[in-house]
Amino acid sequence: MGGDPENRTLKLLKVGAARDLGGPFSALYSRGERMSGQPKRLLRNLNAKIAAIPMVLTTLVVFVGGTIWTVVYSFTDSKLLPRLRWVGFDQYERLWSNSRWMVSIENLMFFGVLSLVFTISVGFLLAVLMDQKIRYEDTFRTIMLYPFALSFIVTGLVWQWILNPQFGIEGIVRGWGWESFSFDPLNNPQTVLYGLLIAGLWQGTGFVMCLMLAGLRGIDEDIWKAARVDGIATWKTYLVVIVPMMRPVFITTLVIVAAGIIKLYDLVVAQTSGGPGGNASQVPAMYVYDYMFQAQNLGQGFAASTMMLLSVLIVLIPWAYLEFGGKKHG
Amino acid sequence: MADTALPMTKSAVVPSGTKPRRILSGRNIMLYGILIVVCLYYILPLWVMVMTSVKGMPEVRLGNIFAPPVEITFQPWVKAWSEACTGLNCDGLSRGFWNSVQILIPSVILSIVVASVNGYALVNWRFKGSDVFFTILIFGSFIPYQVMLYPIVILLREMGIYGTLWGLVLVHTIFGMPILTLLFRNYFSSIPEELFKAARVDGAGFWGIYFRIMLPMSLPIFVVALILQVTGIWNDFLFGVVYTKPELYPMTVQLNNIVNSVQGVKEYNVNMAATLLTGLVPLVVYFISGKLFVRGIAAGAVKG
Repeated sequence: MGGDPENRTLKLLKVGAARDLGGPFSALYSRGERMSGQPKRLLRNLNAKIAAIPMVLTTLVVFVGGTIWTVVYSFTDSKLLPRLRWVGFDQYERLWSNSRWMVSIENLMFFGVLSLVFTISVGFLLAVLMDQKIRYEDTFRTIMLYPFALSFIVTGLVWQWILNPQFGIEGIVRGWGWESFSFDPLNNPQTVLYGLLIAGLWQGTGFVMCLMLAGLRGIDEDIWKAARVDGIATWKTYLVVIVPMMRPVFITTLVIVAAGIIKLYDLVVAQTSGGPGGNASQVPAMYVYDYMFQAQNLGQGFAASTMMLLSVLIVLIPWAYLEFGGKKHG
Repeated sequence: MADTALPMTKSAVVPSGTKPRRILSGRNIMLYGILIVVCLYYILPLWVMVMTSVKGMPEVRLGNIFAPPVEITFQPWVKAWSEACTGLNCDGLSRGFWNSVQILIPSVILSIVVASVNGYALVNWRFKGSDVFFTILIFGSFIPYQVMLYPIVILLREMGIYGTLWGLVLVHTIFGMPILTLLFRNYFSSIPEELFKAARVDGAGFWGIYFRIMLPMSLPIFVVALILQVTGIWNDFLFGVVYTKPELYPMTVQLNNIVNSVQGVKEYNVNMAATLLTGLVPLVVYFISGKLFVRGIAAGAVKG
């Protein structure tokens, strides 16, 4: 470029008119598809198409292609290597009659419901507290959010240590003289999921709090004034006015948290390795990994991962319908 | 209303304005009380990690994990860094650290370059079908990784980079694309279109506009993307364990192998030092970036 932009503009206007009919004005319309009727359509906007090649490849080859590939091969008896020998729904029948898979699903449901309820309610309550025009808000937020920067591996290992029965909380309380005190969630199949929950909440609630706080800050101040004029108690205003207004934030948070829960893997690997007792805290993602890369039973892995996909779709489709369906058709 | 410390001396005069609040009202005690208790829960693990990692093993065995050390020692840190064992290898976490660095730098650069150019093309140079691909990209980010794990193994094997660092770099670029493209697309579309048009009239082309206008105007969003990617890639475990060989394992994988190894006597102080070392990079990024980190995750999440 260079030179005085306005002069250049004028010059270009003059030259452009002579050089080709589209000239500089066609440039103005390069947003959108205004010129699609013309020849050389493929070459038009070539640079943009080159720039989008990674996206096109990712979507077509990895996201669409990879997903279809896995779903197709879940109907084969692939063992060590993928092969196309059809067995119908055999893999799925085997999957659903496998006790380890059933435990994984039950664990995921239990953990998922509890962690959704707790992250969202605790996250919202913390956001409300933070929204009371408090001092040191930044400090509080920094403290609540830092675990979110840490990996699930770090989270799992720290909580494994804190919940260690010998040296951790249990040991300390016993050391104070309460000899019968028992707090050893990770070594008891009945309670191991609560141990995971404590760690999961520690890592994730700060993030939900931030989302909720952004939602609260987005609410018009006038609504608060109106509620105050009407003499509605603060807690009631939150419950009756603010929460319904924040519905989109709640739904988005729900979808993000739920999608994350289905992928739950690292935390379990680090904190319990799927134990105690072999599979008390197994989750589907672990089942997939073990069958694909350890047990060399690819077909089972593909079938299990297809079930994971299905569960995401069950969460996602209603949300997508609510979020986008209404707008496009209405 | 934050200024609750209004002078209350002339309470006899006719009151005006909002009712001044005392600092030590019951409401405030409740409010700050709850917040401080909550913060203790959040700080506790970091405290325990630091304290355990500077104690000697005898003290760890005797004392309580919350107590500060009687005698500070950095031996666990040294051991975690250069001597801790995974299987037969006893060269410490440093190997995982350098692997992670080697994975991190190209992954972050490549993913941000690809996604920013892509976001720019999506906003200013839309072509037929671009929105369709973008929609697939966004919905694709919800597909569980497990579904695509094996096809990618095949893909990388065909390309001859399965088990190498470059394979992992590619995987991070692919899976970083949805969120980053969204981030850049949203940001670029907030830049006035007139700027783009003016540059176009001045004869600037695709790359000219990108480098001379979009790039300089969107440094904040590049920083946000940087934060997002550095923490995200550093913390990755699944891809590291699937797509690399044991000697190339990133730090998170090696950490897990060290701490959860069943052999030998457990050295909790070394384990905590190793854990802290692994968490250090994202923590430093987090504490330096401050509000930008919040902005990054909020932008990534709310608009998604």
